[in-house]
Amino acid sequence: MPATVSSDPIARTGSPAIKCEGLIKTYPGKPPVEAVRGISFEVQQGECYGVLGPNGAGKTTTIEILEGLLDATSGSAEVLGMRWGSNDASIQHRIGVSLQETRLSDRLTVGEIVSLFRSFYAKGITPEEALRRTSLTEKKNAWFKTLSGGQKQRLAVATALVGDPDLIFLDEPTTGLDPGSRRELWDIVKSFGAAGKTVLLTTHYMEEAEQLCDRVAIFDAGKIICEGPPRELIRALGSEHVVEFSTDRPIEQSVIDQLNKIPSVDQVSSTQADCRMSIGQPHIVLPELIRQLTDQNYGLTELATRSASLEDVFVAKTGRHLAEEV
Amino acid sequence: MCLLPKQVAIWRRKCKLHPIYSITLTRLKEFIRRPEAVFWVYFFPILMVLVLGIAFRNQTQEVFPVDVIEGPHAAQMKQHLVQSAQINATIIDRESSRKRLRTGKTTLAISARDPADQRSIDYLLDPQRPGALQVRNLVDDRLQTAFGRTDAFTATQTEFDEPGGTFVDFLVPGLLGIGLMGGGMWGVGFAIVDMRIRKLLKRYMATPMRRSDFLISMLISRLVFMVPQVLLLIAFSYFLFDYRVYGSLLAVTVLVFVGAMEFAAIGLVVGSRAQTLETASGLMNLVMLPMWTLCGAFFSYERFPEFFHPVIRLLPLTPIIDSLRGVMMEGESLLQQWPEMLVMVAWTVIPFTVAMVIFRWRD
Ligand SMILES: Nc1ncnc2c1ncn2[C@@H]1O[C@H](COP(=O)(O)OP(=O)(O)OP(=O)(O)O)[C@@H](O)[C@H]1O
Ligand SMILES: [Mg+2]
Repeated sequence: MPATVSSDPIARTGSPAIKCEGLIKTYPGKPPVEAVRGISFEVQQGECYGVLGPNGAGKTTTIEILEGLLDATSGSAEVLGMRWGSNDASIQHRIGVSLQETRLSDRLTVGEIVSLFRSFYAKGITPEEALRRTSLTEKKNAWFKTLSGGQKQRLAVATALVGDPDLIFLDEPTTGLDPGSRRELWDIVKSFGAAGKTVLLTTHYMEEAEQLCDRVAIFDAGKIICEGPPRELIRALGSEHVVEFSTDRPIEQSVIDQLNKIPSVDQVSSTQADCRMSIGQPHIVLPELIRQLTDQNYGLTELATRSASLEDVFVAKTGRHLAEEV
Repeated sequence: MCLLPKQVAIWRRKCKLHPIYSITLTRLKEFIRRPEAVFWVYFFPILMVLVLGIAFRNQTQEVFPVDVIEGPHAAQMKQHLVQSAQINATIIDRESSRKRLRTGKTTLAISARDPADQRSIDYLLDPQRPGALQVRNLVDDRLQTAFGRTDAFTATQTEFDEPGGTFVDFLVPGLLGIGLMGGGMWGVGFAIVDMRIRKLLKRYMATPMRRSDFLISMLISRLVFMVPQVLLLIAFSYFLFDYRVYGSLLAVTVLVFVGAMEFAAIGLVVGSRAQTLETASGLMNLVMLPMWTLCGAFFSYERFPEFFHPVIRLLPLTPIIDSLRGVMMEGESLLQQWPEMLVMVAWTVIPFTVAMVIFRWRD
């Protein structure tokens, strides 16, 4: 369809898939809730962009503004080179959405639900193809209410991709799923990326963001506290490893000060008998750590080293843990 | 629809399903897969006709209980009364009789004021109670004749027994009206609030689905649900009670259509903003409960003071019931229903316009 292509702003200009500047959303009320307080970012075509943050950080609010479901209090948002408000349908034909919480109709089958959504789009893949891509083919004739949590999430994704969108929004697609189902969804998201689609997803799980996203933005209290490719954000911490250990009695402050002086240690924080150190090189730190603890007559009850994660980025920036409730 | 399956398949591939068609179809499927909804919508009205039709059927000959208060002339009075087949007289003491009057076991008690004079008769009754005056006249006639009154003439009586005037004839249009109202409230208002709560409405708003397609589909599915509702009710009444529609079926169809649109529009307003089931059912009850009693579905609103009649006639349920009765019971033409139709059209246009202004599509 040449006519469509020539009127396609992206095809002409190669502009970003998403571009927002200074987004602010204040929910009216007493007192008003400043859910989003000045958010700006860009997502390039073909990129998988992750929005990471704790509960109430403003992830859903931001993504819904971009989906055209909420009006921002101020700021501008461009999606696929277009703005919401003038020709919304032409944006809607090219995006796919999965909301954080939608209860589809209990007594419709998986196939019927996908066909229904397919009928809304001018072009798209067949419902059968959408089910195949989300591994739901066997569930085609099952009622929605009989599906497992993971299957329901995959169906939500199937309804998002049945219009063959260029840009897909997924709001917490894996929250509450078991690790197996989560991995199945990751594969689906990765296949979007492989097909050159742009994905914007929100999540609580830093592991998920590290796995899937080319770039992430970490949200906290309505603001972006840092943004970039996951590995770079972690590298920017300076310390690529984390040592966590527990002792048989609370560690004294003097010991912590001593540990801080070990070369290659960047930061030590402790609560009671649990201690966490951000370090550069484990082979320098570990022998020294064990020696000092033995000298002071501490018994080690647990010791683990791991690579630093986005979680540690969040902790470094805010002093809090990302998934407080876990 | 005599397309070959292959042609249908090609057609479907070329011009994918129209949203109106697919939304309507899924609404219908959702409905018929919910047996309890099917019961309430289709069989409950039939049950009502059955129960009320039997309870209020025209009795061939009613027998009225009458109390004769104990006294010197009681036995004789009873003697006079039992000659009438319609009176069932019992001799009883004054106290028990008062109690029976109070509880409605009898509607009339007779006694002699003066024990010496058997003609000093007193009727004790509550004139407000249905049938009480009729019994009084019956008894009075009987006793006057017994004590010597002569009739001026003897009239003959011919029984009129064409169908049409029974309670069922009165009830069926009322139940149709109630059904249309419930259908609009539940099928449109409640259904929309339910979709809003489940965030399904919001999900639809993230697709290019047109709002007008959505509304048209809700309307069409309403109209489709309604056809069996009307046909079943009329058919069952026909088989159970020999019910007939006197006016034209076309007129009935038009009225039912207008009524369905009216209540779909009102349902739309009711469902336009509510975000919880409590709000929705509160609003629905606010709309439905007064009309159940006021609008003459089960008993004529003529029983309310004259002063209220114009107001009652302007409520949405009254005109559909009145015009259906006009056509179905009295065989009037559609044109004669124009004032009612006017009220119904107003109740369609105004709520629809209001709903479009205040509707919460996205949250
Ligand atoms: N409709 C609303 N009215 C008032 N406040 C709201 C509304 N929706 C969200 N909020 C508030 O705005 C803030 C941000 O909410 P939002 O849903 O965007 O967070 P989130 O990052 O998606 O959180 P979660 O991880 O829990 O989904 C929260 O404090 C929330 O209570
Ligand atoms: Mg959220």
